[in-house]
Amino acid sequence: MSSPLDAPSSLVGRPLPRPNLARLMQGRAQYVSDLVLPRMLHLAFLRSPHAHARIGAIDLAAARAMPGVAAVFTGADLAAVVTPWVGVLSHLKGLKSAPQYPLAVERACWQGEAVAAVAARSRAEAEDALDHIGITYEPLPPVADMETALDPATPVIHPALGDNLAFERRFTAGDPDAAFAAADAVVTADFRFARHTGVTLEPRAIVADWNRAEQRLTVHQGHQAPHMMQDVYARHLGLDLAQVRVVCHDVGGSFGLKVHAYPDEMATVAIARLLGRPVRFVADRLESFTTDIHARDHRVTARIGIMRDGRITGFEIDDLTGIGPYSVYPRTSAVEANQVVNLVGGPYAVADYRARTRVVFQTKTPMCQYRAVGHPIATSITEGLVDLAAARIGMDPVSVRRRNLIRDDAYPCDSATGMKFERLSHHAALDKLLVMMDYDRLRAEQARLRAAGVQRGIGIASFIEITNPGPAFYGVGGARISAQDGATLRLDPGGFVTCQTGVTEQGQGTEAIIAQIVATALGVPVARVRVMLGDTDVTPYGGGTWASRGAGIGGEAAWRAGRALRDNVLAVAGSILQAPPEGLDIADGVIVDAADRRARLPLDELARLVYFRPDTLPGGMQPELVATRHYLPRDYPFAFTNGVQASWLELDPQTGFVRLLRHWVVEDCGRVINPLLLDEQIRGGVVQGLGAALFEHCRYDAEGQMLTASMADYLVPMAGEVPEIDIGHVVSPTAESALGAKGAGEAGTAGAAAAVANAVNDALRPFGAVITEIPITPETVLRALGRV
Amino acid sequence: MMRDITITLAVNGESITQTVPPRLHLADFVRERLGLTGTHLGCEHGVCGACTLRLDGAIVRGCLVLAVQADGGSVETIEGVTDSGEIADLQAAFHQRNALQCGFCTPAMLLTAQDLLRRGGVPDRAAIREHLSGNYCRCTGYQAIVEAVEATARARAQAAP
Ligand code: FES
Ligand code: FES
Repeated sequence: MSSPLDAPSSLVGRPLPRPNLARLMQGRAQYVSDLVLPRMLHLAFLRSPHAHARIGAIDLAAARAMPGVAAVFTGADLAAVVTPWVGVLSHLKGLKSAPQYPLAVERACWQGEAVAAVAARSRAEAEDALDHIGITYEPLPPVADMETALDPATPVIHPALGDNLAFERRFTAGDPDAAFAAADAVVTADFRFARHTGVTLEPRAIVADWNRAEQRLTVHQGHQAPHMMQDVYARHLGLDLAQVRVVCHDVGGSFGLKVHAYPDEMATVAIARLLGRPVRFVADRLESFTTDIHARDHRVTARIGIMRDGRITGFEIDDLTGIGPYSVYPRTSAVEANQVVNLVGGPYAVADYRARTRVVFQTKTPMCQYRAVGHPIATSITEGLVDLAAARIGMDPVSVRRRNLIRDDAYPCDSATGMKFERLSHHAALDKLLVMMDYDRLRAEQARLRAAGVQRGIGIASFIEITNPGPAFYGVGGARISAQDGATLRLDPGGFVTCQTGVTEQGQGTEAIIAQIVATALGVPVARVRVMLGDTDVTPYGGGTWASRGAGIGGEAAWRAGRALRDNVLAVAGSILQAPPEGLDIADGVIVDAADRRARLPLDELARLVYFRPDTLPGGMQPELVATRHYLPRDYPFAFTNGVQASWLELDPQTGFVRLLRHWVVEDCGRVINPLLLDEQIRGGVVQGLGAALFEHCRYDAEGQMLTASMADYLVPMAGEVPEIDIGHVVSPTAESALGAKGAGEAGTAGAAAAVANAVNDALRPFGAVITEIPITPETVLRALGRV
Repeated sequence: MMRDITITLAVNGESITQTVPPRLHLADFVRERLGLTGTHLGCEHGVCGACTLRLDGAIVRGCLVLAVQADGGSVETIEGVTDSGEIADLQAAFHQRNALQCGFCTPAMLLTAQDLLRRGGVPDRAAIREHLSGNYCRCTGYQAIVEAVEATARARAQAAP
């Protein structure tokens, strides 16, 4: 029998609008920053103005006397009630970090690190009191530049660790030396990726409430992984898991930024515990810029070997990245560098590869996982090299890709780094992309305009994406982060279904796709499914939403629960109707004859009998109108997806300005559950990649002071700068699950910057200039052209 | 600190009299004093546009206007504009096209789009993008938003005599 997922009645694959959007459009959402609880206090933090400083005497008396102030705390006060944490995982061998506290103890290690906290009646009064905290700092030498972080002359930030090297990994596959020696040409480039950050439109927000009477902590938080935070809070506050509830209401953007444990959030929870009152902390934008995790900040020397016929012989990279003073808890800050090593060269059938990455400490804002972790770096290096190599041998970049991309019939296979590919579709995706963008016509147009003095460029970037991660990501390293996920379904007396799921919603449409899947699995209208998520008291234990796992893992659990509940329902129906359950089906909320589709019994009537007149059911039947299923992919550690992007842009050599004209994406995330939601999520990911390519930069001075810590200084893409973005799909479902869905949340971000950089270099080719750094600002362009 | 000041203003058609500190901005006033939390705060320095509301018929950044400056004025927030039905078609178009994800930018985006739509006619996509460029959205690719605004403009132009 073909899967009900493919039946004409299937809701999976339909572009259905999300349920419950009205709340968000009418100003009736419930973001944590909107939450007000009785007797709630507001927190403001005194933050270090220095990148590195010893904290001297702190005088709190005047601040405590300020109007509205309930309490003032120092690092030592909170260290007494919260155990410190260290962001390491055992499978990232050699990774080290130093103990971290909610508020700095003795030393502040980045500008913006919280050193004292005021709890007051209002945020304004708390901020007023900050001005009255007497504190002396003894400035210490900053370690701002990652390039010199390992020099003997550079101070060691955490003397107990011996040096500033947090993590190093070396990897070799095949015989890269021979591969480069045999190449007709070897192209070397130095890539630089600026530090940037997530800029969720709603800043981080948390309301913590310790109820002394119940001995229970409730934390309302804008977060992606409630069960992970439940564990973190319980562990470091010395509570049982059962004493902690974490609730994630509407979340105003996350992008991986809200999947970590932040010191100021730990402080909020600790202060709520100490005061026995609800305590709220909502970061203001200046705090966001200096305390939200930053990302990227890599410098990579890389080379590629190529034959005259276009065959790539090998890749080699040497990566250096600065992560701030601590590896972030509990996912660590070595994952991005590790991913870069794993992913470089990934789309290509190239066996010879050497890589080294070094992750160093510095006194800047901590860095950690942000959307598409490592992927944009790996894609930009790989695709930048491929284009440079193509230009060197005088071959069209598309031809070089066709020559080297792993063949679509070569699967399953492994990458040089041992990544396991079940089934990818690089060639089919590239073919589709070329049709969508009308590649040959675009090249002709480019040539025509170039003759007229207009510089346009075309850039292409193939990529792979890690989705549906299993325990290999965090669990095997000792992190208490669930890789499996669950769903519980309940049929209620009105014939409605509630679904509790362990994956979470931050706007992607998790609620919508879970409802579509459940409705299809069960055979009910989608409007009869209500999805509950983001509450550790309510949902099955799960990982939440990150690393593009919501659809592939949470969705499959929901599918399985739906099929299990269907079996239960049909068993009851068979007994009531005195018919074999196999001969029955559920369609549109009604039990029907499977053969002739004749209506037999509406679900609400079945549920009425079960709940209110069980006495009328045939003897011995105990109906179960609740079903739970969990899911974890087992055959592959990750479900790899692939895609390809293209950028078409115009560059003004006089001003250095780059204008994006159009962008195309073809991606393959397996079965598409809802193309309407998927396409706009990919576009959103692309736009974040475009921001990285052209605008976004956490700039620092030599003293470690952040220079772009406001929205006026840190640029993110606006509607006027973003081009129309066309999306196409190739569908290679994973055979591991019934649903066949892989993830898609990061595809857009993974390849956008690489496509833009290649397009810029394509436009610059007549000038003999090459740019291998992002963001590509007008100044970068003019420097490359030798004009400034 | 300066002394509190008593102000009287209309908010979504309702007359409100309150005593406020002079430093309280209008977005905090409607959020904290009136519980109208559909007006959001994304930066509080006038860049992101999330705090957009209407003051005397014109859209303003609620984080850049002090509550005392609105004394005697008329303020409309997303809640009021929703209740009056003024943007029901625009909201429906946003829903149909999935022009929002987390929704944090959305109330302000709707008010800003309505400000353009109220001028009448059917603006082209570039003009729509230009008009919305003071409102950051970090989740969508802006494209669905542009499409929703364009579709609403078309529908309104057709419905107009
Ligand atoms: S909060 Fe007013 S413009 Fe950002
Ligand atoms: S939908 Fe999240 S910021 Fe626009």
